[in-house]
Amino acid sequence: MNIVKASKLIYDYIRRDEEENIEEVDRAIDNLDIEIEKGSFVAVLGHNGSGKSTFAKQINGILTPTEGTVWVSGMNTADEDSIWEIRKKAGMVFQNPDNQIIGNVVEEDVGFGPENIGIPTEEIWKRVDDSLKAVGMTAYRHKSPNKLSGGQKQRVAIAGVMAMRPECIVLDEPTAMLDPNGRKEVIRTVRELNKQEGITVLLITHYMEEVIQADRVIVMDDGKLVMDGTPREIFSKVDQLKAYRLDVPQVTELAYELRKAGVDLPEGILSQQEFLDNLMPILRKQEKSNGN
Amino acid sequence: MAIKVEGLNYIYGQGTAFEQHALKDVSFEIPDNQFVGLIGHTGSGKSTLIQHLNGLIRPSSGTIWFNGTDIYSEGYSLKQLRSKVGLVFQYPEHQLFEIDVFSDVCYGPRNLGLNEEEIKERAREALNLVGLKEKYWEQSPFELSGGQKRRVAIAGVLAMRPEVLILDEPTAGLDPRGRDEILDQIKELHSKQGMTIILVSHSMEDIARYADRLMVMNHGEKTFDGTPKEVFEHYKELEAMGLAAPQVTYISHALKEQGIPIEGDITTVEEARDAILRLLGK
Repeated sequence: MNIVKASKLIYDYIRRDEEENIEEVDRAIDNLDIEIEKGSFVAVLGHNGSGKSTFAKQINGILTPTEGTVWVSGMNTADEDSIWEIRKKAGMVFQNPDNQIIGNVVEEDVGFGPENIGIPTEEIWKRVDDSLKAVGMTAYRHKSPNKLSGGQKQRVAIAGVMAMRPECIVLDEPTAMLDPNGRKEVIRTVRELNKQEGITVLLITHYMEEVIQADRVIVMDDGKLVMDGTPREIFSKVDQLKAYRLDVPQVTELAYELRKAGVDLPEGILSQQEFLDNLMPILRKQEKSNGN
Repeated sequence: MAIKVEGLNYIYGQGTAFEQHALKDVSFEIPDNQFVGLIGHTGSGKSTLIQHLNGLIRPSSGTIWFNGTDIYSEGYSLKQLRSKVGLVFQYPEHQLFEIDVFSDVCYGPRNLGLNEEEIKERAREALNLVGLKEKYWEQSPFELSGGQKRRVAIAGVLAMRPEVLILDEPTAGLDPRGRDEILDQIKELHSKQGMTIILVSHSMEDIARYADRLMVMNHGEKTFDGTPKEVFEHYKELEAMGLAAPQVTYISHALKEQGIPIEGDITTVEEARDAILRLLGK
């Protein structure tokens, strides 16, 4: 079953002059057809300006299609009557944690969303409890968000989305401003929400290491979907990714370079362990033949 | 000697309940034309440190010399210092404000009180140095892509003709190609213009590729200082600080632990490839 479906989606950014005449049209999404399976973890790659953030904003109706249709949980995002229901189903987390936090105390911030839609107090607290627990931030509930690290702030932002009991979370480069530890923290949290709570995750990122655990990777270029597959399938196409201004994890690149030089390694190696498991027998064999 | 720092201490909110020792007894010398990488987790003191180097923050104690002169000595012009030590903040494109790219880059030199010809000359030079094509110069900076905006912001600092360029995570939020392009450009400023570079980064892979020297900050102290190869040998200690070494460094250590005689301290993909191919007799 799909939770998000886009059909022949087109989105144009239109610039108008003072008399409302169209000055420039920039097609950010160009005839996109895609379905996102409920409960899946999907990573979205693409260079700056490839259309991935524009696509993300279609999913909770911040933007609505110029042409074509987007459905979230079966609801059409262009239907104004459904917009609040859609936003409850699909929450968004953005790049800069400081732009997303409004409460003076962590638990207050997390409760802001449910309070806004008129959830009874008792239920709000229950949701705050559950959400903070889900992101591992219960110990900080009475702290000021200002005193938290970047990774912790992002987890609070995620808890705020979780408190709306969404089915799907869209994260638009949530780790771009974090240090390596903060990055790991956020990705681990998102991963757990996906595995344990069954939340559908759409993760937009420029860090290739964050992608290897996804169920599916899609690559966008020029507003079009240009690659779609498992991380292994995608990362075995090193040259193609580079042509789209992207990259592969260092270990994948090393394996690829060695393959090019005639070393018999499989395509699309993703982890250090996998690399070592494949390289060691080759090195041992070499040692033996050197010994003889 | 471009920059020398001795016994630098900085305490935020001294005498208040929020007192925080952000820098503890930090000392180092940076010779002319060195390319220095600076790493440390959020809150390690690296941003506080770089703001000391161009006089934006005055140390609680300790001394900073630029080209041999104490920057807080009588009559020393901090304004002059800031044109010689250029600081590019994180997300510098948020500071663009002019109506077109060229005017934005002119802002700094105009503030130096130069004549109009000189201002334009410097803006042209700076925009060429960051590789921004002339067709963009008359455009609004807000219409450019993320990578282009960042180039404009860096050009704004370069137009001051600094001797030292400090960049705080200049590639954050850029796609991989954009990241490589900016870093290659910085490398060129280092090698062709002879600039001294201090690069703050969270990417160990980038530091390994570009820097001659790597300083690590942790809890306000300078914990490691050496070539990237030397520092990345301490990968276990780096991890305890919330940092890491490049992936290929881990691979070479794992191979050594298995008794494979892989040569050298490996920090880049090219080095790892060559060392493994040598083992295989290729």
